[in-house]
Amino acid sequence: MFEQILVQTVNGLVNGMVLALVASGLTLIFGIMDVVNFAHGDLVMLGGFTGAVTVAHTGNFWLGLLVASLALAVFGALLQITTLRPLIGRDPLTTIIATFGISLVLQKYALWQFGPTAQNIPQPIPGRFELFYLQYPWYRLGAAVMAGAIIGALYLFLKYGKYGIWIRATTQDRVMASAMGIPVPLVHTGVFAIGSAMAAASGVLFAPLAAVTQTMGFDFTLRAFIVVVVGGMGNLGGSILAALFISLLEAYASLVVSPSQAVIVSFVALILTLLFRPTGLFVPTPK
Amino acid sequence: MLTLTDVHTHYAKSHILHGISLEVQPGEVVGLLGRNGVGKSTTLKSIMGLVRPSQGRITFEGRDITGMASHKVAHLGIAYVPEDRRIFKLLTVMENLRTGLDRGGLTEGRRKELLDKVYESFPVLGERKRQLGGTLSGGEQQMLAIARAMMLEPKIILLDEPTEGLMPRMVSQIRDIIARLHRDGVAILLVEQDVGLTLGASSRCYIMEKGLMRHHGPSADLKADPAVIHQYMGV
Amino acid sequence: MASATNRRFWIVFLAVVAALALVPLGLPEFWRKFLTEILIWGLLAMSSDILIGYTGMVSFGHSAFFGLGLYGAAAALLVLRAPNLWAAMFVGLATAAVIAIFVAYFSTRLRDIYFAITTLVFSQIFYVVIFTWTDLTGGENGLYFSQPPFTIPGLWSVRFSTVSLHWFILAVVAISYLLLRRITQSPFGMVLQSIRENEPRTRAIGYHVERYKIVAVMLSGLFAGLAGVLYAIQHRFAAPDFVFFTVSGEVVIFNVMGGMGTLVGPLVGAAFFLLLREGLSRFWTEYYLIPLGIAFTAMVIFMPQGLLGFWKRRLNQ
Repeated sequence: MFEQILVQTVNGLVNGMVLALVASGLTLIFGIMDVVNFAHGDLVMLGGFTGAVTVAHTGNFWLGLLVASLALAVFGALLQITTLRPLIGRDPLTTIIATFGISLVLQKYALWQFGPTAQNIPQPIPGRFELFYLQYPWYRLGAAVMAGAIIGALYLFLKYGKYGIWIRATTQDRVMASAMGIPVPLVHTGVFAIGSAMAAASGVLFAPLAAVTQTMGFDFTLRAFIVVVVGGMGNLGGSILAALFISLLEAYASLVVSPSQAVIVSFVALILTLLFRPTGLFVPTPK
Repeated sequence: MLTLTDVHTHYAKSHILHGISLEVQPGEVVGLLGRNGVGKSTTLKSIMGLVRPSQGRITFEGRDITGMASHKVAHLGIAYVPEDRRIFKLLTVMENLRTGLDRGGLTEGRRKELLDKVYESFPVLGERKRQLGGTLSGGEQQMLAIARAMMLEPKIILLDEPTEGLMPRMVSQIRDIIARLHRDGVAILLVEQDVGLTLGASSRCYIMEKGLMRHHGPSADLKADPAVIHQYMGV
Repeated sequence: MASATNRRFWIVFLAVVAALALVPLGLPEFWRKFLTEILIWGLLAMSSDILIGYTGMVSFGHSAFFGLGLYGAAAALLVLRAPNLWAAMFVGLATAAVIAIFVAYFSTRLRDIYFAITTLVFSQIFYVVIFTWTDLTGGENGLYFSQPPFTIPGLWSVRFSTVSLHWFILAVVAISYLLLRRITQSPFGMVLQSIRENEPRTRAIGYHVERYKIVAVMLSGLFAGLAGVLYAIQHRFAAPDFVFFTVSGEVVIFNVMGGMGTLVGPLVGAAFFLLLREGLSRFWTEYYLIPLGIAFTAMVIFMPQGLLGFWKRRLNQ
C-alpha cells in the first residue's frame, strides 16, 4: 500500500510537470492581456500532432519538439494578431467565447489535416527501471525534467532578459509600459507566441506517454484552467505549485476510484478554491 | 516644438477638455496651472496618447501626433512622468530604469553615461539599485519616475504634479532637477499645484479652468501681479 | 407599450405558431422530427438567454440542466410501470431545479469568467459521474425507454404521433416563450438588464442583486430542464453526451449567433445552426464546423449583437 502511494507520488509529480508547462503558458497569457485562452489545449494537441508528423518523417524526437514549438509559436502569433488584437479592451468573457470558437475550428482543422486516427511518438528515452514493484519508464522522468527545464528557461528569460523586463513591465502596467516606449502590441503577440510554443512543447512531451487525438484539447484546457485558477491567475510560481498539487491529488485519488473518476477531485478543488479562496490557493492572502 | 490646437477630450461620457491650445518651444520650461480637476492631467495624457482627443490637433516637431499610440509618442522624444508616479512596483530600481534604457541604438558607453548622470542627480537611487520599486518611499518613487523618463533622453518631459505629497527637502530636490534638465536643453511642460515652484522654474505659464485655457503669459508678469493667480486658483 | 405594437406582436406570433404547426404536415418524416428538435433546442437557447442576454452571466454549464432534466425524465419513464408524461416532466424539472440551486449559489459568489469556468467544471462533474456509474445510468451506452402517451389524468390517453408530438412540443415551447417574454419585460426583467449593464450601480440603488440572480438562474435552469424533458420524450434515449460540454458550447453559439437578449434571437440562432449543420454535413461531414466556427468567432469579434441584435427593440415589442 505504501509503495502504491509512493508510485502515485512519482506519477503525480511527472504529470504535474507536464501540466505545469501547459498552465504556465496560459497564466502568462492571462496575466499580461486578460485573455482566457479556451483554445490553449488545442494548441497542445496541434503541437503533439506536428511533433508526431515530424518525428515520423525524420525519426528525431528533438527535431519534432523544436519544429512543433516554432510552428505553433508562429501560428499563435498569427492567431493573436487576427482574432485577439481586435478584442483588446473587451471583457474577458468575450475573449473566452471567441477563443471557444477558435477551439472548434482548430479541432476540426486537426481532423482534416492529420486524419482521424490517433498518433503516437515513440519514447526517445527507452527502457525502464525498477520502481518498487513496477517497471517504470525512464521517459516519464525525462519528460518531467524537460518540462522543468523549459519552465526554468522561461523564468530566467523573464527575470534577466531585456524582453523579459518588457514582458514583466507590460504585465504590471500596460499603459505606463507603453509610455516608456515599449511596443505593447508586439509584446502581447510575443507572449502569446511563447505561450503557444510552450503548449506545443507539452504536447510533444506528452505524446509518447499517451496518444495524440483531436479531442484531447478540451481535457488539457480544462485541467489548465483549474491549475491557473487554483494557482492564482497570472502567478507563474503559483501555477507550477498548483499543477503539482492537482496532479498529486488526482494520482492519489486514482488509488481509490478509477482514473476517469479521479478527475472529479480536481473539479471539486477548483470549485472550492473559487468559492473560498478566489485569488488562488498558493497566493498569499491579499491585504 | 509641441503644439496643441483646440483639443477636445472626453473621458467616457464626460467632456473634459473643451478646446485647449498651447505650445512649448524647444528647451522651454512651461507651467500649466489650475485647480484640481480642470483637466491638466488630461491635457498631458492627450499628448502622450493615453487618451484620444475627440477633436483638435497635436503636433510635435511638425508631425501630427494626435491620437498616436503611446509607445510611438515616446520614441519621438516625449517622456511622461504621471501624477501617481506609476513606477513598476515589482521591478527593481535598475529594471525600472532599464525600461527606458533598453532602447535600440545606445552604445554601452552611452548607457553608462546616462546611468551615471541619474545616479549623480539622485544618489538615493544608486544605493537602492536592486530594491523593488514598491519598497521605495514616496519621494524616492518620484525620483525614480523622473529618472526613468530621463533614460529616454527626451526632447520634452511632461511632468504631472511632481511635488505632490513630498517633504520640503524633496521639493527642493525636484526644483534642482528641473533646473538641471533645463540646463541640458530638455523642454518641460510642468503641471503643478505649487504655484511658487512653477513660477520660479518656468518662463511662461498657462492657467486652466474647467477644461479651457483662461490665461497665458510670462511667469515674471504673473509673479509681479498675483491677482490673476488669485482669480483662477484662489490661492 | 402602444396597443398597436402589442397587436402587431400577437398577429406575428400567432402567424408563426400557425405556420410551425402546419408546415410539418407537408414535410417528410425526417424533417418533421427535425423541426420538432429545432424547437427543443430553441427552448434551451432561450433559457440560456435569460442568463447570458438579460442578466449578463455567461454559463458554460447548461448541459447540466438539459442533460439532467433528460435523465430525470428517463428515470421516471423507466421506473414507473406505465410511463407517465406528467411524472416525467415533474421529475425532470425537479432534477434540473436541484442542479439550479447549486448554480444559483455560485452565481451569488462568483462573477464573469469565474462563474463561467465554475459552471463548466460543475457540469463536467455530472458528465463524469453519469459516464462512469454504469450500473445506474448505463454509462456510455445510455438508457432506452419508451415514449409516454399524452394523458389527461383519469380521463383520456392517446399515443403521440410524430405530428401530434410536434404540436405538443410546439405548444410547450410557445407557452414557454410567452412566459419568458412576459418575465423579461416585467420590472423583474428590467432589473436583470440593469444588473447586466452595471451591477454595482444596481446594487447601490438598493436592489438585492443576489436574489435577482438566484431567481434568474432558477428560471434558466428550469426551462433548460424542460427542454431536456421534451428531448427525452421525443427521442426516448438518454446518453452522457447530452451532459457533456459540447451541448453547453452549442447553446452559447446559438445565443451569440442569434443575438443575445432578444429571446427570439437564440431560437433563430439554434434553427440556423442546426439547419446549417444538417445541410453542410452532407457535403463536408464534420468539417462544417470549420467555416461555422470561423463565422462564429468573427461574429463575436465584429458583430456581438448577433443576427437579430439590431432588431432587438422592434422584435420584442
